[in-house]
Amino acid sequence: MGMIFTLLWIAVALTVAMALALGFRKLATAATRGETSRALRDAPLTAAFGMMVIVIYLIVAILAPLIAPFPEREIVGTQFQPWTAEHWLGTDALGRDLFSRMVYGTRNTVGIAFATTALAFLIGSVLGLLAATVGGWLDQGMSRLVDVLMAIPSLIFALLLLTIFGTSIMTLILVIAVIDSTRVFRLARAVSEGVVVMDYIEAARLRGERLPYLITREILPNVTAPLVAEFGLRFCFVFLSISALSFLGLGIQPPTADWGSMVRENATLITFGDITPLLPAGAIALLTVAVNFVVDWQLYRASGLKE
Amino acid sequence: MTLVLRMIAQRLALGLLTLFVVSLLIFGATELLPGDFAEAVLGQAATPETVAAIRRELGLDQPLVLRYVDWLWGAVQFDFGSSLAQRNRAVSDLIATRLGNTLFLALYAAAMAVPLALTLGILAALWRNSLFDRVANSSALSAISFPEFFVAYILIYILAQGGWFPSMARLPAGADLGEKLYRAFLPALTLTLVVTAHMMRMTRAAIINLLASPYIEMARLKGMRPSRVIVHHALPNAIAPIVNVIAINLAYLITGVVVVEVVFVYPGLGQLMVDSVSRRDIPVVQAVALIFAAAYVLLNLTADVISTLSNPRLMHRK
Amino acid sequence: MNKQLLDAGISRRSLIKGATALGAAGLILPAGYRKAAAQPRKGGTMRIAMGHGNTSDNLDPATWDNAYVQVMASTIHNYLTEIGTDGTLQPEIAESWDASSDAATWTFRIREGVTFHSGKDVTPEDVVASINYHRGEDSTSAAKPIVDPIRDIRVDGQNVVFELEDGNADFPFIMSDYHLPIMPSSDGRIDPSSADGCGGYVMQNFEPGVEARMTRNPDYWKSGRAHVDEVIMLPIIDAAARQNALITGEVDVIDRVNLNTVHLLERSGSIRIISVPGTQHYTFVMDSRVDPFTDNNIRLALKYGVNRQQLVDTVLSGYGVVGNDHPIGRSNRFFADELEQRELDPDRARHYLREAGMDSLQVDLSASDAAFGGAVDAAVLFAESAAEAGININVVREPSDGYWSNVWMVKLFTAVYWGGRPTEDWMFSTAYAAGAAWNDAFWEHERFNQLLSEARSELDETRRREMYVEMQRIVKDEGSTIIPMFANYVMAVSEAIATPEDIGANWTMDGFRAPERWWMA
Repeated sequence: MGMIFTLLWIAVALTVAMALALGFRKLATAATRGETSRALRDAPLTAAFGMMVIVIYLIVAILAPLIAPFPEREIVGTQFQPWTAEHWLGTDALGRDLFSRMVYGTRNTVGIAFATTALAFLIGSVLGLLAATVGGWLDQGMSRLVDVLMAIPSLIFALLLLTIFGTSIMTLILVIAVIDSTRVFRLARAVSEGVVVMDYIEAARLRGERLPYLITREILPNVTAPLVAEFGLRFCFVFLSISALSFLGLGIQPPTADWGSMVRENATLITFGDITPLLPAGAIALLTVAVNFVVDWQLYRASGLKE
Repeated sequence: MTLVLRMIAQRLALGLLTLFVVSLLIFGATELLPGDFAEAVLGQAATPETVAAIRRELGLDQPLVLRYVDWLWGAVQFDFGSSLAQRNRAVSDLIATRLGNTLFLALYAAAMAVPLALTLGILAALWRNSLFDRVANSSALSAISFPEFFVAYILIYILAQGGWFPSMARLPAGADLGEKLYRAFLPALTLTLVVTAHMMRMTRAAIINLLASPYIEMARLKGMRPSRVIVHHALPNAIAPIVNVIAINLAYLITGVVVVEVVFVYPGLGQLMVDSVSRRDIPVVQAVALIFAAAYVLLNLTADVISTLSNPRLMHRK
Repeated sequence: MNKQLLDAGISRRSLIKGATALGAAGLILPAGYRKAAAQPRKGGTMRIAMGHGNTSDNLDPATWDNAYVQVMASTIHNYLTEIGTDGTLQPEIAESWDASSDAATWTFRIREGVTFHSGKDVTPEDVVASINYHRGEDSTSAAKPIVDPIRDIRVDGQNVVFELEDGNADFPFIMSDYHLPIMPSSDGRIDPSSADGCGGYVMQNFEPGVEARMTRNPDYWKSGRAHVDEVIMLPIIDAAARQNALITGEVDVIDRVNLNTVHLLERSGSIRIISVPGTQHYTFVMDSRVDPFTDNNIRLALKYGVNRQQLVDTVLSGYGVVGNDHPIGRSNRFFADELEQRELDPDRARHYLREAGMDSLQVDLSASDAAFGGAVDAAVLFAESAAEAGININVVREPSDGYWSNVWMVKLFTAVYWGGRPTEDWMFSTAYAAGAAWNDAFWEHERFNQLLSEARSELDETRRREMYVEMQRIVKDEGSTIIPMFANYVMAVSEAIATPEDIGANWTMDGFRAPERWWMA
């Protein structure tokens, strides 16, 4: 019986999601024009759903103070109140409004994750492409350095660095970005290594094209796909890193709300069947799925497959 | 082929260099951490006199360089000294069983995750944009967007409290393989859920990326079945990125699973590393860091060898 | 002075909470609660999961710093004295003791006929060597500060005589400290890496950070103690994992129950929560040498900015009592219940700010869950309640790693845990006396220090009480430590475990003695 209800519930949720996505696509197509509009019209429903989720998250993040009924850090009642009309999702372990914390968490978490991933990709892919294209000692030098950095487990490395440099949000972003960028570097280098041996690169070299041209015009377009795919995942690994760090007692400074720490704070409840920690975890999962749906769509467009 | 052998030899030599630099870095970083073993072991009970006495006794008052050279001299002879916390125990003895446990769990998880990820990835590429693709994708993504400890708690709630599997993965001495597999199932499953998505998505992306290439087009035009096109033509050329991602994830299974070890009370190297870092027990930290680094170097080397072998152009690079 | 006087010691009631609310309301008692005082049953295996313990633990008493090794130590070792469940001092390896009239010379008579696990007899020489191990210039022991006041130890027949620097009426209490087990010696030295002891259980296997397995000592000298055949101790650091191990029946006893979910654990039927109010307390300590904390008005303003009841209700989920800014617990002998309880009072806080010439105050408060479980939450709550008084507290979460060496007594305003000490003098001399190694507020108060040394050798109980009450008042009103709450020791046991009615409150796990005092139902 319970099984059937669960399935029914999932079916309803999927239908609603599809309907919403359909509506969103219509709206987006109408609101844009030209090339973008045509691309949006042809977007699969999953991609439309992904974009919708991202847009909603962005709106919530920007308008957090207007949406949240209570301030981020104010203690508004006793701990662990149930869901009521006043506190939609109840209160947390300190008696703060959970819904408001979720809303503010959007702003903090998405902001931090995006900044970190962007920085990691900027560092990692630029250096990776450079290493593969230039080759020789530069490649050897950078690859060995990255080997050394990657040979140290990331969580333990982060733990060391954060203990040394402190745990402000800026340090957190920098440390995770640098550690992540080594992974990006490796991938970027590996993929573009396959490209630089192609004949057309050889030809461009013989034409006397300069390095920036080679990288941006000839190599980059051919390595974007795996990099974009990686971006979608790295983005969500940032949440996980923050969460794992808070498991080891580091992470974002209180009383700032962020989903990774909120999962950690409430995680024990799940072993009693209480679904509270599923809310922040679900928020992360939904965003991850959404981002990757959009990534998949872009990948598909880039692959040039027409079927 | 000699080219590959030369590459392996060269990379192994470089690997040793990597290990050396890692040992320097870790030693330096542990030194940079505020506090040392004497302060860490006494904790709240530390007084200047007792801290000084411990430093004297363990030679921690010696200059930094001297201590490093001393350690290095032992290490090149495979003598990693004894733990500062347990002076009568050699580091190698402390590590031996834990290394076995760590490798067992990593292999167990890999044996489940790698075939699963490859199969799902290939099927998703084959039936791209189908319902199967979407469902496989979304569930894999959801699984990795949950933090490890949270996945572990959910599995404990469903599978351990339901009475199917033990919530603690302690391996009793002398347990047979079946018993070990049973007891370590939940941590292995947790790790499988954590690493599968990454490998699966890379497989899918790498294959799809190739499907528009002229030679694939040609194979298709010849009337070849889509499954055959993918397995025989696309997959071999997509090996480089796939193998790379697998190597990264295998290395993660060996070096990065401290959180899972803590939740399932599994005595592996990760926990030892974190404990030793917080105690500033440098000989143990160094030895475990070297094992982690060696695992990473070897896995990477294997991945690179396979990539090179799979791409004739790399074999004949000018 | 004789033993009776000291035995009058601390009196405290330990409280056992029933497994369900139903137990209190109706006639149906939860299964685990039945006849706790029944005859102890012999046999069985007791599996204990502790929230401490790591791969760096070892057998050396100089290094015991967490509850895992401390319980393990009390399982395989005996001490000169033992603190009973009612807080009085009981003889253990010392059969009896006597003090000189100035309380500076103490003579302990060593029990005859006790043997170590190895078969060797316990001699006065072993006692001397066991204590000497922690003394002296080269001592690396965490217990060095507490044995420092001993000037000389010597054997006198079956007696051991301690000469102290100054009189100390509570000296026999100090001999129960967990760092000071009696271990076998040869040539006047003990082997600190040996597991040989004279306790109720014999160590069979100890793998640090993994498990300790001990079996009953067949020649144990105590009757009516050490009931089970085998004790297995596991370190399970993660609170959820620990609870699950209990729920799924993989262990029988856990300590450090997660207070956020304790109400859910209680509901799961067969589990009994044991909650013992003791001397364990949590503090926010200010460095009194550094501005703005040099000004007592600022310290008072902060003290009036804490909502103590809220901290107890939230951070401790009710498993504790409010503190009154001094470290003496309600169960202590000379607890000053005549002092008015300090409450949250933003107006008074503002008043003291103005006295200090300020309108508002901005301070950083360093906390970490290494300080105590929920320390970061407690700091956040403190910041919220103090904000009403115009005090802006910026909570800094410090890494757990290295908290005691890099933050505590380094940063100016920090969260701290104190296990509490069985006597007033021990507590005050440890953390409040001028120049004490652990005086974490670097607080010096002339009158307080004078009273402290006078009270230490004062034998008149009434006079002593007056002095300790005055000291509590001084610490409360002029000290540099905010003490908002006393936390209970909270453990949980399955139906398989039976306990005596009274549970020791001096430390967690029945004063570290659960393996010796509890049995399998």
